[in-house]
Amino acid sequence: MSYTVRKFDAVIVGAGGAGLRAAIQLSEAGYKTAVLTKVFPTRSHTVAAQGGVAASLGNSEEDHWHWHMYDTVKGSDWLGDQDAIEFMCRKANEVVVELEHYGMPFDRLDNGKIYQRPFGGHMSNFGEKPVRRSCAAADRTGHAMLHAMYQRNVKVNTQFFVEWMALDLIRDPEGDVQGVTAMDMETGEIVAFHSKATIFATGGAGRIYYSSTNAFINTGDGVGMAARAGIPLEDMEFWQFHPTGVAGAGVLITEGVRGEGGILRNSNGERFMERYAPNAKDLASRDVVSRAMVTEINEGRGCGPNKDFVLLDITHLPPETIMKRLPGIHEIALQFAGVDALKEPIPVVPTCHYQMGGIPTNYRGEVVIGVDSTPVKGFYAAGECACASVHGANRLGTNSLLDLLVFGKSAGETAVEDLKKSGAHKPLDTASIDATLARVNRLNTQTGGSNVHETRLAMQRTMQKHAGVFRFNELLKEGVTKILEVADDVARTEIKDKSQVFNTARIEAFELDNLIEVAKATMISAEARKESRGAHVRDDAIDNDVTPNGRDDQNWLKHTLWHRDGNRLEYKPVKMKPLTVDTIELKKRAY
Amino acid sequence: MDSEKQARIGRLKWHCRRALLELDIVFQRFWMQQGDDIDAGSEAALTRLLAFEDHDLWDLVNGRATIDDEELEKCIGMLRTAGFGAESGVFG
Ligand SMILES: Cc1cc2nc3c(=O)[nH]c(=O)nc-3n(C[C@H](O)[C@H](O)[C@H](O)COP(=O)(O)OP(=O)(O)OC[C@H]3O[C@@H](n4cnc5c(N)ncnc54)[C@H](O)[C@@H]3O)c2cc1C
Repeated sequence: MSYTVRKFDAVIVGAGGAGLRAAIQLSEAGYKTAVLTKVFPTRSHTVAAQGGVAASLGNSEEDHWHWHMYDTVKGSDWLGDQDAIEFMCRKANEVVVELEHYGMPFDRLDNGKIYQRPFGGHMSNFGEKPVRRSCAAADRTGHAMLHAMYQRNVKVNTQFFVEWMALDLIRDPEGDVQGVTAMDMETGEIVAFHSKATIFATGGAGRIYYSSTNAFINTGDGVGMAARAGIPLEDMEFWQFHPTGVAGAGVLITEGVRGEGGILRNSNGERFMERYAPNAKDLASRDVVSRAMVTEINEGRGCGPNKDFVLLDITHLPPETIMKRLPGIHEIALQFAGVDALKEPIPVVPTCHYQMGGIPTNYRGEVVIGVDSTPVKGFYAAGECACASVHGANRLGTNSLLDLLVFGKSAGETAVEDLKKSGAHKPLDTASIDATLARVNRLNTQTGGSNVHETRLAMQRTMQKHAGVFRFNELLKEGVTKILEVADDVARTEIKDKSQVFNTARIEAFELDNLIEVAKATMISAEARKESRGAHVRDDAIDNDVTPNGRDDQNWLKHTLWHRDGNRLEYKPVKMKPLTVDTIELKKRAY
Repeated sequence: MDSEKQARIGRLKWHCRRALLELDIVFQRFWMQQGDDIDAGSEAALTRLLAFEDHDLWDLVNGRATIDDEELEKCIGMLRTAGFGAESGVFG
């Protein structure tokens, strides 16, 4: 099998929010920059984000980056690195204003300033009361953001490779990164993109779970490629579950439905949240509601023939309220649950929503490895595929879009600094390319192998059952065995269609190669972490004064690093020291 | 199916990978019900429909927006029909 080589100063994989922001930095500095993307840039998953982007602009009321920092550290259940969190919150205003200059149509106040709305977990004065911090463009924030940044990139001559799939990282024996191998979907051609700087911005991997709010495109390709190239993955046990995904389909039903009076009920018709959160009831925080729902299901009070979902009831609300205040919900219920929400309750389950872990980076966007966080030469990452780590064990809403802007820019800036100091391209390491060719060849010639669709389903069901919202020691242990068995099947997937042009079966097989790395990392890291923290909730973690909510700071205030090689785990300390301010000291997380 | 059509259908299927899960599911059900060998009219209409932005396309599919174009309306009708009544367990 043959391949061709193309040379660039920088190659960016991913054209969502993070990739587009990084590309602006490099192209503006005059570097020859290629951006590879599986889909047209403005169809990246960032489009789905509606809630907004956080920045302490203080346009409607007093706000401060330090308060935002406090909320983010607390939200992360103290697993976030405080230097990176300070960096992100301080930079927020700058990147949002830049976006405005690129043409982002933010909603406005009468005085012309950006309108801001409140969002869960964002407070003023170190947790005192909710503050208006989220900047949005109607309900199309992510979409508007991508458009503004794509236009800017076109202006500064970024070269886009649309419908190209990166397959593997090119990493030489010294450990330096030299680019990626990629496949042109249009022709099936394999090309080595030889670069001095390589930035991963490939988004999340929510499709490892059976029930996910993520679009099908979120297959964790960057994370999988990094793992295969020997880069460890950080904190992969932490996944955020949203309480109300439509059962079976996963499609998100916004929190606004419960805000307008929607009630969760079990098979007895009981409003069970009254028992778990007597004050906030159905409006308690995401993790509390998700856990209560799973408890009801586990104790046999789920609904439906398999007793595996609960019901979101809005039938008591006036139809005008539903149609006016909750646009789209009626359609979603009808389309994906087959119910008329005006007359019948909607079946819902807690659903995988966001990946907090990922490729380890520092706040400069450099990929770092080992317990002492040594930068990997020529390699950078940003966005949901990266772990800076600002979200720690739990992300606050609207902080992801901010993460894309701040760390996309920062990765781009650091790459520019490094390019200024660099000489010619190092000779291309052909061993990495041979490994890709062998992988492609294996898939093309496999006979008597496993079916891609069935194997993916086996993975998704295993993850859902063994590493879901609530985690149990025995189930996790079994889950490790099972996911390694699924991994054996992934290694021998077979496709019937061997055509070269837009062969979606081949693309899906390559995506599964990446998903399984994420799934293994998640299961193995989750099994090992013997405490509850943020989104990682163990049934057997003891809740007392020393370990509040099951959080064991004495033993587990540390980041997990999973190595693909031998499924080895190591741990590195959390950076508790911010850049300029005092450490936000540990305390029990309560709202 | 000849290889040229196979390539065109492959491209079309890839263009059904969208940014919104809602649309991914609708298109997945559509292909499961229709099979790959769709007629030339549906192929042309689908190609035009896939050029829409995701949120606009979703509004058309869920009926919150309408379009004055017979061919596209017919295609949207097919997507809607595919959307109802499919059992779970098919999600990528
Ligand atoms: C329903 C929903 C609503 C959300 N709402 C909000 C919100 O209101 N506020 C908020 O802050 N966050 C929100 N989030 C989270 C946020 O949208 C995502 O975390 C964020 O958009 C991810 O951006 P990204 O740039 O990292 O990746 P993406 O936007 O997912 O982009 C990934 C890019 O990588 C490319 N790619 C991937 N693999 C390859 C490969 N192998 N080769 C080539 N290209 C590749 C893709 O084509 C794409 O261009 C929401 C998430 C969901 C699911």
